[in-house]
Amino acid sequence: MKPIESFEVPLPPKVNYINAQYGLKSWLLTKDHKRIALLYLASITFFFFIGGIYALMIRLELLTPQGDFLQSTTYNKVFTQHGIIMIFFFLIPSIPATLGNFLIPMMIGAKDLAFPRINLLSWYIYLLGGVITIYALLAGGVDTGWTFYTPFSTTFSNSYVVATGLGIFVNGFSSILTGLNFIVTIHTMRAPGMTWFRLPLFIWSHYATSMIMILGTPVIAITILLLAFERVARVGIFDPALGGDPVLFQHLFWFYSHPAVYIMILPSMGVISELIANFSRKNIFGYSFVAFSSIAIAVFSFLVWGHHLFVSSQSVYAGMIFSLLSFAVAIPSAIKVFNWTATLYKSSISYDTPMLYALGFIGLFTVGGMTGLFLASLAVDVHLSDTYFIVAHFHYIMVGGALMGYLGGLHYWWPKISGRMYPEGWGRFSALVIFVGFNLTFLPQFVAGYLGMPRRYHAYPPEFQVFNVLSSAGASILGFGMLMPALYFVWSMRYGRHADANPWHLPGLEWRTPSPPPTENFYTTPIVTWDAYEFAPREEIEVVGRFRHEAAEPT
Amino acid sequence: MSEHIVPVRIYVTIFLVLLVGTALTVWAAFQDFPGPLNNIVAMSIAITKATFVVLYFMHVRYSTRLIWVILAAALFWMAILFAFTLSDYWTRDWISIGY
Amino acid sequence: MTTHATTANHVHGHPALQHHFENMEQQREAGTLGMWIFLVTEIMFFGGMFLAYTLYRGLYPAAFASGSNHLNITLGAVNTGVLILSSFTMAMAVYFTQVGKHRPQVFCLIATLILGLAFLGIKAVEYYDKYEDHLIPGKLIPGNPFDPEVAHHGDTDPHKLHLLENATVEKVEMFYWIYFAMTGMHAFHMIIGAGLLMYLIIFSLRRRFDPEYHSPVEVIGLYWHFVDIVWIFLFPLLYLLGRHVGHG
Repeated sequence: MKPIESFEVPLPPKVNYINAQYGLKSWLLTKDHKRIALLYLASITFFFFIGGIYALMIRLELLTPQGDFLQSTTYNKVFTQHGIIMIFFFLIPSIPATLGNFLIPMMIGAKDLAFPRINLLSWYIYLLGGVITIYALLAGGVDTGWTFYTPFSTTFSNSYVVATGLGIFVNGFSSILTGLNFIVTIHTMRAPGMTWFRLPLFIWSHYATSMIMILGTPVIAITILLLAFERVARVGIFDPALGGDPVLFQHLFWFYSHPAVYIMILPSMGVISELIANFSRKNIFGYSFVAFSSIAIAVFSFLVWGHHLFVSSQSVYAGMIFSLLSFAVAIPSAIKVFNWTATLYKSSISYDTPMLYALGFIGLFTVGGMTGLFLASLAVDVHLSDTYFIVAHFHYIMVGGALMGYLGGLHYWWPKISGRMYPEGWGRFSALVIFVGFNLTFLPQFVAGYLGMPRRYHAYPPEFQVFNVLSSAGASILGFGMLMPALYFVWSMRYGRHADANPWHLPGLEWRTPSPPPTENFYTTPIVTWDAYEFAPREEIEVVGRFRHEAAEPT
Repeated sequence: MSEHIVPVRIYVTIFLVLLVGTALTVWAAFQDFPGPLNNIVAMSIAITKATFVVLYFMHVRYSTRLIWVILAAALFWMAILFAFTLSDYWTRDWISIGY
Repeated sequence: MTTHATTANHVHGHPALQHHFENMEQQREAGTLGMWIFLVTEIMFFGGMFLAYTLYRGLYPAAFASGSNHLNITLGAVNTGVLILSSFTMAMAVYFTQVGKHRPQVFCLIATLILGLAFLGIKAVEYYDKYEDHLIPGKLIPGNPFDPEVAHHGDTDPHKLHLLENATVEKVEMFYWIYFAMTGMHAFHMIIGAGLLMYLIIFSLRRRFDPEYHSPVEVIGLYWHFVDIVWIFLFPLLYLLGRHVGHG
């Protein structure tokens, strides 16, 4: 087959998916998966900033041991809403709804997803859920913690539990429809020659994510409905005073919410596979292991939810089983980390911004994952439960993992999405600022939690203040770091360097169509005869410009 | 891959089987079988009826293996939900840890 | 959307072929797969309620049996028959569409709809009976709390609640909460199904479906059969569980 470098890429067209039609209606009633991805990008960014404001309020309050900035009831609402917005309205949709929507049809050689109108519907459902939740926040907020534990949420809380629950319930359908669309698309719309094992690992990850969305989201849907009915109608499935069992709520809630965290990390892992392979110009080490580990994570993720119930009066015997399975679920993730590392070995690494995010991910996700093992041990978890150790653990995975993957992916595919390059210098600078700020924010929290600082408290004993001050300082650096991409991405849409079809010179199918692509993605249906990460032999690489290095010395 | 058209006589047969099953389960409900047998009989009849609906009315008997796998996965996942949750309640008394 | 002239391999096929599919076969396959995956979500959705049922029945068997015995087994069995017949007519509607027999196809769809509405009507009668006997749980109906008359030993009044040994009224309320939640959710899905059938009937009358394109009939049929299957499990679990114990 011809080496990738000599592949003929079509000239950029005058008409692409962005300028094909003008007018608000053409965007709000679009069936084009790429436009829908941008609609999601805008709304998700909006919710991210709202969640970020709540985070800012938390870190301001925690600068001092006394509860002086916010009242305790207000603080309860702030951390609850931070969690709800970030989890349901940012993290869960983030990569699938933006990068997934944009890239999946292109990576498999299709013109669109299987159900374009359902794709648009999923965005409107997402907005509706968001509007309902924002109404609940403005009306007075909810203070139960994002976990809505009963009987506080059903009986004692005086906040807008039902309205918020309704917003999350509606939002769940958006998730389900996205997952449904992805699974059907990947099964039925691959281009000729695109066999399962030629698929980019990004696709495998999204398939696994969609499995979780389909199997898990309905359970939280029914749980929220039952919770709402119990609160409204005063009947008791979960309220002990009425004959119910609060632990049943926790089982039902975590049956979804644990796999949900894998919905948040799997797509990011898919992005990292792309970044590692493409920025070290080497085929991913152990492709099939990485592919199957995504599926394994999706399956195993449903077997471990009881580790959130270790201190809830759950049976100790069941706790032991869940603990053992929680150790097992770390294995496929570890397999990925080993394979990524092996890919980097003796490869030709270029430290562009996306690669910086990928390398940051590997380190931070490893820390987050290993601290998860601490929490999987029954006895250790008794000590660490409901402390800041847990908060640090999941932020390492969610921010250090999922968010880094999201930012890395946005940078990597930005030329394809917008036809422009972001400013590379600023990109690398913000990646480093984010990395430093992130670690400064959350590393002290591990120590504070281990030493006993509880989570969800607005006032704390003075001996923890030093950790909180470091954490808040880090948070401001992190916030500044994240503001920069928001600004320069917007800047680049007008002033950024124009990108050609394949600015990074890579073999993926999405790079064989112009930047930005035409509405139907490909002018002719591609016929795939190459593997996902087939790079040309090193000797044939030419020096081609700013984003490629000289051909490496043969090792 | 052409679509399989199920003959009418199969639909009629399945329909009659389902009606018989309903009558049977109502009759069995009034019989006092020993131990948990009442439950087992009722659930067996229900599962059999559901299986016939799935295989013939929903055409799974003539569908691709992918559909079978998807259906089996759904049932397996529901089984996980049941088994692990109920195992908590079932084993609460097995190990006492002092409180 | 870009004009057709720029796409080299645009296929002018069946009028129902959508732009992003290569052929009707791919479109049909995608539609069927999509509905099955949706049914997976429905299985997990109802599964949560079945779990709650299983747990509480295991904890309060006598109360559940008492509550179950108070349900009208005749109406429940008739409803089961009605739904099974409607599944049959739905399957026949798909058959007639596949072989191109237009009038029997429409007839079967209308029959399915009527049977579905009959089911809902019978359900409404049952719900009204519960309302009259003050068996609506909690504060679902303001002003009409759960407050059934408990029958004393020897009293055979069918409107009174006959408690078996070890059953308490509070736990019977739990049974009725689950009864209303599960049958209510089921009925809600039937209403959606009725709406989908109306869409099918209207478009069938317009001769939209033929042997080459009948995917909507097929996938809505799948949905309808699924709702039937949920009832196949609800009937014995809710109506039949205490009959062998008899009245207390």
